[in-house]
Amino acid sequence: MTATDVKFGEYGGQYVPEALMPAIEELTDAYERYVLENEDGFMDEFRQRLRDFGGRPLPLQRADHLSERYDTEVYLKREDLLHGGAHKLNNALGQVLLAKYMGKERIIAETGAGQHGTATAMAAAHLGLPCEIYMGERDINRQRPNVFRMKLNGSEVNPVTTGRGTLKEAISETMRDWATNVEDTHYVIGSIVGPAPFPAMVRDFHAVISEEAREQCKEQTGGLPDTVVACAGGGSNTMGAFANFVEDADTELVAVEAGGSSLDVDEAAGVAPNSASLSTGDEGVLHGARTKLLQDGDGQILESHSISSGLDYAGVGPELAHLVDEGRVRAANVDDDAALAAFHRLSRLEGIIPALETAHAFGWMEENPDELGDVTIVNVSGRGDKDLESVIEETEKRDVEGAVDVGEVFR
Amino acid sequence: MAENEALNEAFAGDAAFVPYLAAGDPSYEASLEYVEALERGGADVIELGLPFSEPIAEGSTIQEAVVRSLEGGMTPERFFEFVDDLDVDVPLVCMTYYNLIYQYGDDEGPRPFVEKAASLGLSGFVVPDLPAEEAGPLREACDEFGLDLVFIVAPTTAGDRLKRIMDQVSGYVYVQARLGVTGAKDDVSDQTGASLSRLREWDVPKAVGFGIKTGEHARAVVAAGADGVIVGSALVDIVAEGHEADTPVAETAERLESKTHELKQGALAGAGEDPESRGESLAESEPT
Ligand SMILES: Cc1ncc(COP(=O)(O)O)c(C=O)c1O
Repeated sequence: MTATDVKFGEYGGQYVPEALMPAIEELTDAYERYVLENEDGFMDEFRQRLRDFGGRPLPLQRADHLSERYDTEVYLKREDLLHGGAHKLNNALGQVLLAKYMGKERIIAETGAGQHGTATAMAAAHLGLPCEIYMGERDINRQRPNVFRMKLNGSEVNPVTTGRGTLKEAISETMRDWATNVEDTHYVIGSIVGPAPFPAMVRDFHAVISEEAREQCKEQTGGLPDTVVACAGGGSNTMGAFANFVEDADTELVAVEAGGSSLDVDEAAGVAPNSASLSTGDEGVLHGARTKLLQDGDGQILESHSISSGLDYAGVGPELAHLVDEGRVRAANVDDDAALAAFHRLSRLEGIIPALETAHAFGWMEENPDELGDVTIVNVSGRGDKDLESVIEETEKRDVEGAVDVGEVFR
Repeated sequence: MAENEALNEAFAGDAAFVPYLAAGDPSYEASLEYVEALERGGADVIELGLPFSEPIAEGSTIQEAVVRSLEGGMTPERFFEFVDDLDVDVPLVCMTYYNLIYQYGDDEGPRPFVEKAASLGLSGFVVPDLPAEEAGPLREACDEFGLDLVFIVAPTTAGDRLKRIMDQVSGYVYVQARLGVTGAKDDVSDQTGASLSRLREWDVPKAVGFGIKTGEHARAVVAAGADGVIVGSALVDIVAEGHEADTPVAETAERLESKTHELKQGALAGAGEDPESRGESLAESEPT
């Protein structure tokens, strides 16, 4: 691992309790040997399992109707077709397999939307390791199908009741479990966040997204894309979609965060009603890394908000924060209403029901059609089946242009 | 490395007792009374928690204290006022998470926080999410202002890691008695003896914490070779019970005082045991 992979500019690092440091050193060593150097054929086995269990490679599909709508070439990288219905399995499978190579006997993970928890539960069942998932109580209530899926795969789901009961609290609680059971347990973190080596390692497991997309784009269009768009919570689908394009200076990379209900912060209430840490956050230290955060003037972390639980987080991956500062990645955001409208639009136009997280990327395209180059790739990070309950509820509350009339459906 | 005389002196006696409370739990005024009760009970050093919204090293007892304190309006600025208002003579160590130290003041980095702490007579810091690898800037600021930086040594810490920490530690070393997070337990971990024997070659005072609840625990830990005992959750439990039962502040303060007394006496009893057997009783059960 090079020095830049512990720190990304000023960001990153390892701000964790001492009890975890030996495990982090052990993980760093395993990452270098198995992932970076393919020791014992680890990467070969990983790729094989991503094929056989995960269904890779996945198509880069031309979106005919969006192409027509925006008068440009729009291609969809179909991570929603990965086993489990989201990009998350790339990382979960990689880390659970790594845990096995390291001789760990137990898997724990946090989850927000439940997609990472589901992917981890699947990977753990597939590889035969016991698994416990921490999930905020509020998220459990808005993602019930995913909770049941984790249980079906044999995982325990532990509700987290502190704070607002979302991803931030779930990560803290999983870190506490890890600090208690560090000797036999591996923590499968769900995004490019946390202490080094997690941000670099999770990116590497997801880099297959842009590795495939880059080749497919060359084959199908004869060149590289002008624009790559992905939603960003912690930023794992984002860095996965960007990683192999970072060196392609002519390809613009757009990370679309959740603008939530407003970009304004209510410091007195400790709430930022959005999850736009790249666009509006300040540098600080949370969950093991220095990165951009939603925090008040004192450094207390604010409660974030998004219509999509997978984006609802006060931090973001340190590498993404660095690439934004460098001007290599453009940070954008789209509010709850626009994301919901995009959810309905993509479903209707293309026959693809996207995750609410993913819908933010499409919301940005709708708002910025002039910013798209001749060829645009959108990373379809996941499918929206998990979101149907909350989409019905949220659609009823609003006047969403072109949406299904919920009242009429359930008359 | 700058040393703060106050902490050295506090550990000069037979066995030091180091209680922890979260400042402002459950209210500013009550908390002042509670911290002062710790001194009356025989505390030699007091660890004062400045609550952070994401206390990843804390178990449920202290997490709830953090919530009560934050809801009561505690902020870093209020914390410094609190320290100023406190009427205690024993040295105070601020226990908090790095982001609050890092964000304080107008200048980048930990220096403004340390400068302010020094101006109010605080003696040092414990920062549970700051391992030796990331501690350079804080260590530097502590040296500049003559404050101590206490590091936590976990049961998993050994070899080069241990050396790296012991190169940077001052004041005392916080020996984490067991893996996991803070929280009162019903036994003394046998990992403690092994940790203490790994530390034998360094002469910085060793204070054991995490899970200690009774005078008997305190005795056993000191008998095993510790120079001091740190207790948080068992005291925070008293604050929480008082808060929930709406007990008058003076009554809760009295309970804190007598619990502190029990723990301090336990520690002293451990120090009074046959010096031949000290450092053996717990260590024997663990391979070193
Ligand atoms: C479908 C989908 N997309 C995106 C995300 C956001 O995560 P990240 O920003 O790490 O890609 C999630 C998280 O749960 C998700 O489920």
